[in-house]
Amino acid sequence: MIAGQVSKLIGSRVKRKEDPRLITGEGKYTDDVILPGMAFFAVLRSPYAHARINSIDTSAAAAHPEVLGVMTGAEINDRCAEPFPLFAILEGMQYPERWPMAATKANYVGEPIAAVAASSRAAARDALDLIEVDYEPLPVVTDMESAVDADAPVIFEEMGSNLCYEASDQAGDPDRAFAEADGVVEARMEQPRLIPNPMEPRAAVAEYERSTGNATLWVTTQNPHIERMVAAKMLGMPENKLRVIAIDVGGGFGCKINTYSESIIAIALAEHIGRPVKWAEDRTEHFVATSHGRGQAQYVEAAYKKDGTLLGMKLKIYADLGAYAQVISHVIPTLTPSLSPGVYGIRDIGWTTIGVFTNKIPYDAYRGAGRPEAAYIIERVMDLIADATGKDPVAVRRKNFIPDDAFPYETPTGMIYDSADYNAALDKALDIAGYDDLRAEQKAARKDGKLMGIGVTVTTEVCGFGPAAAMGGLGGFESATVRVDPMGKVTVLTGASPHGQGEETSFAQIVADDLGVPFEDVEIIHGDTSIVARGVGTFGSRTLVVGGTAILKANEQIKDKAKRIATALLENKIEDTLDPQLVTLEYGLFSVQDMPDQYVTWAEVGSEAYDGQLLPEDEQPGLEAVSFWEPPGLTFPFSAHIAVIEIDQDTGEVSLKRYVSVDDCGTVINPTLVEGQIHGGLAQGIGQALLEQAVWDDEGQLVSGSLMDYAMPFAQEFPMFELDRTVTPSPVNPLGAKGIGEMATISATPTVANAVIDALSHLGVTHVDIPMTAERIWRVLQTHGRRRRGGRS
Amino acid sequence: MPNEISVTVNGTRHTSSVEPRTLLVHYLRDELGLTGTHVGCDTSQCGACTVVVDGAAVKSCTVLAVQADGSEVTTIEGLAQDGELHPVQEGFWEEHGLQCGFCTPGIIMTLHQVLDEQPDPSEDEIRHSLAGNICRCTGYQNIVKAAQFAAQRMQE
Repeated sequence: MIAGQVSKLIGSRVKRKEDPRLITGEGKYTDDVILPGMAFFAVLRSPYAHARINSIDTSAAAAHPEVLGVMTGAEINDRCAEPFPLFAILEGMQYPERWPMAATKANYVGEPIAAVAASSRAAARDALDLIEVDYEPLPVVTDMESAVDADAPVIFEEMGSNLCYEASDQAGDPDRAFAEADGVVEARMEQPRLIPNPMEPRAAVAEYERSTGNATLWVTTQNPHIERMVAAKMLGMPENKLRVIAIDVGGGFGCKINTYSESIIAIALAEHIGRPVKWAEDRTEHFVATSHGRGQAQYVEAAYKKDGTLLGMKLKIYADLGAYAQVISHVIPTLTPSLSPGVYGIRDIGWTTIGVFTNKIPYDAYRGAGRPEAAYIIERVMDLIADATGKDPVAVRRKNFIPDDAFPYETPTGMIYDSADYNAALDKALDIAGYDDLRAEQKAARKDGKLMGIGVTVTTEVCGFGPAAAMGGLGGFESATVRVDPMGKVTVLTGASPHGQGEETSFAQIVADDLGVPFEDVEIIHGDTSIVARGVGTFGSRTLVVGGTAILKANEQIKDKAKRIATALLENKIEDTLDPQLVTLEYGLFSVQDMPDQYVTWAEVGSEAYDGQLLPEDEQPGLEAVSFWEPPGLTFPFSAHIAVIEIDQDTGEVSLKRYVSVDDCGTVINPTLVEGQIHGGLAQGIGQALLEQAVWDDEGQLVSGSLMDYAMPFAQEFPMFELDRTVTPSPVNPLGAKGIGEMATISATPTVANAVIDALSHLGVTHVDIPMTAERIWRVLQTHGRRRRGGRS
Repeated sequence: MPNEISVTVNGTRHTSSVEPRTLLVHYLRDELGLTGTHVGCDTSQCGACTVVVDGAAVKSCTVLAVQADGSEVTTIEGLAQDGELHPVQEGFWEEHGLQCGFCTPGIIMTLHQVLDEQPDPSEDEIRHSLAGNICRCTGYQNIVKAAQFAAQRMQE
């Protein structure tokens, strides 16, 4: 092998660069940061969902021998220059100001009231019990639908109601579609709130240098640069005096996008007591301190023709925002109608989205964010139409697909689907599942009195965010700096800070292929705002699409300059002049055609870039390029999934027997990492369908408020998932990538829901809400009888 | 009143003075600086804090440091020997058994003990052996494969 030659890495199953440190205990998560003189703080939270704070007495806590400082809402809010900023404000939207702590009124259980710093974790927690708060409980609003009734208690009196916004619009002519229909199916569907529960709870460590006013914040975030922007704004600091660090982040799933109160409190407390401070969330605290996901009530009407054609839909969607809007949380529900056409050619849709404030912890992104709710609607509708027309769910879907030759395709809701071939994905899934055999097996099972169900979905989603217009002020770009050092090794700085996705590996694969350097010679640096100047972060399945392309763009500049330097080196070797245009880079070697024996390596070019003695006169030293890239449009991965389930007739328990997942995320850089994203995504989507939900009582207390009470999926819940893929590259980025972080979650919930309802369809069941727990299915079996025949066969 | 304890961790004996209420996991992390063992919950469900105490995989958030007095403790930092990964660690790397890596040390320590007791577990046995560990990233599929890889490697 010639020196520097490498195999093609894009598309290869390369083992992860990040794993050696993570499997040996050398990871650096926020709670692992230990600083000299570090104190710990704990947060006192409201035990009431809605209560006036008449008074707060911290004197006993302050007198505790190990306590170093106490801050109340009044003090921390006074320290802030401004409240939490909101982005992408919707037309006609009203919203309350939100500060790091509740000073005069608490609006959800878990809202911060005071913080105590002490010399140990335990002492900080002890001192919380010494704070006396006089609360005056107020009427509580928990139900998102009745929250906007005229007689509902109003949480924010200055707003006059609990309505954040009501947005109605339509595409085409839904009334005409309904008039022309052979029939209409309707349903009310619930999307319970879910608790994200990344295995790493949130944490924050802050250090404040009083002499300079410089601060460093280590924090569990998916987007350190947005965190820096928000925290600096709120504390009235220049951005260049705040360094935010998030090296290893233990999962996020959307709940680590927001900048939380504890980040602001940490910096303010470090400043206040003159020592570094650490806060680490308990798991039970996580349930009421970290944003939840989903939370919609969906009213759906769909007009269809006898042949199974979906003619039109009318949607009314309530979204439970909780007590405050945060970052762009209020925009997430609007993605639901936007994506509601799914993979189908429907043109006539009317919708109303109603964002509502309740006395609950704020809602925010959770894996899929607005799109799972859309996929659920349209994929349930397809099965409702199949049921109403007596057709096979596969046939109804094919009948309604956007044609394969229609891309790029603009949906009636204004989305521009980049590329797709739904039939190809569906064919593959049906083939792997052995669909016809499964239907025959189901028929036989029913004869034996068994409940077996088959669920099919074909879904799409939107990702690869920006462009800027889609981001409401957060920025739609990603940044990359590519640096070649004098040894010819490559360092890449990316703004797309990961939290488990494996970018240190996939990005290195891209760089190794593109520059022709060994994979081992590439280091990917992320998660430190003093090293990586700017970035947006990891959410909405955007990092490969946007961050990966930014790297390619920086590489172009690097290669151009490297070729010019290589030309000078080659001229020196052959003692003749060369046209730089004729110098090529292949397998990491710079050479000229017809002179295969004369070449220079990246190490020679790198060395010369800094040594500089042979540089052309008009060339400056150094070999480093910075690129900012913003995508021109969004990407739309898609998938075809099939689930097979069985129901225990005596207990109602659903067991998942098989799961086939055919996903198309465009170009695949590392199949192993893509499959990992799909496995995990499926588990979360299946968990949503069968197990998970946040349950509240009328007083706004979270009943499912710990891991003892909230059903997280365990290993024995799942069979081995059967994966395959189709590859339809995206035309909106040079990698052809679409994103895969959320696709499987989005598809899995309706797939399993459809399978369970399919198992019950011959009993006359057309819809059951998620999660389809044993109790819920048992109750359905009691009301629908166990062994009635008929329905879809 | 602080208590004096003597614990051997990863082959090194430590004598420390701890508060009676100090959890073993906090002793390992805060006193000994062994931050590879993680705290993922406060109700003994998640298993991120699993370490091996006198040969048994235990949740170190559910053991007081004083209860470990006189014990031999192995944490994730002590699993690789002479720079060579333990087969379970190797399995996780080979089979992409981790994503964010936070639950990983606990699951590795659990499987380390599972394979000690049952060198050739079925898929079902592996899944049931993980009933005390939660992973939110992987859907468990590649963790099962990592365990199968390790089982095979340990039999070679």
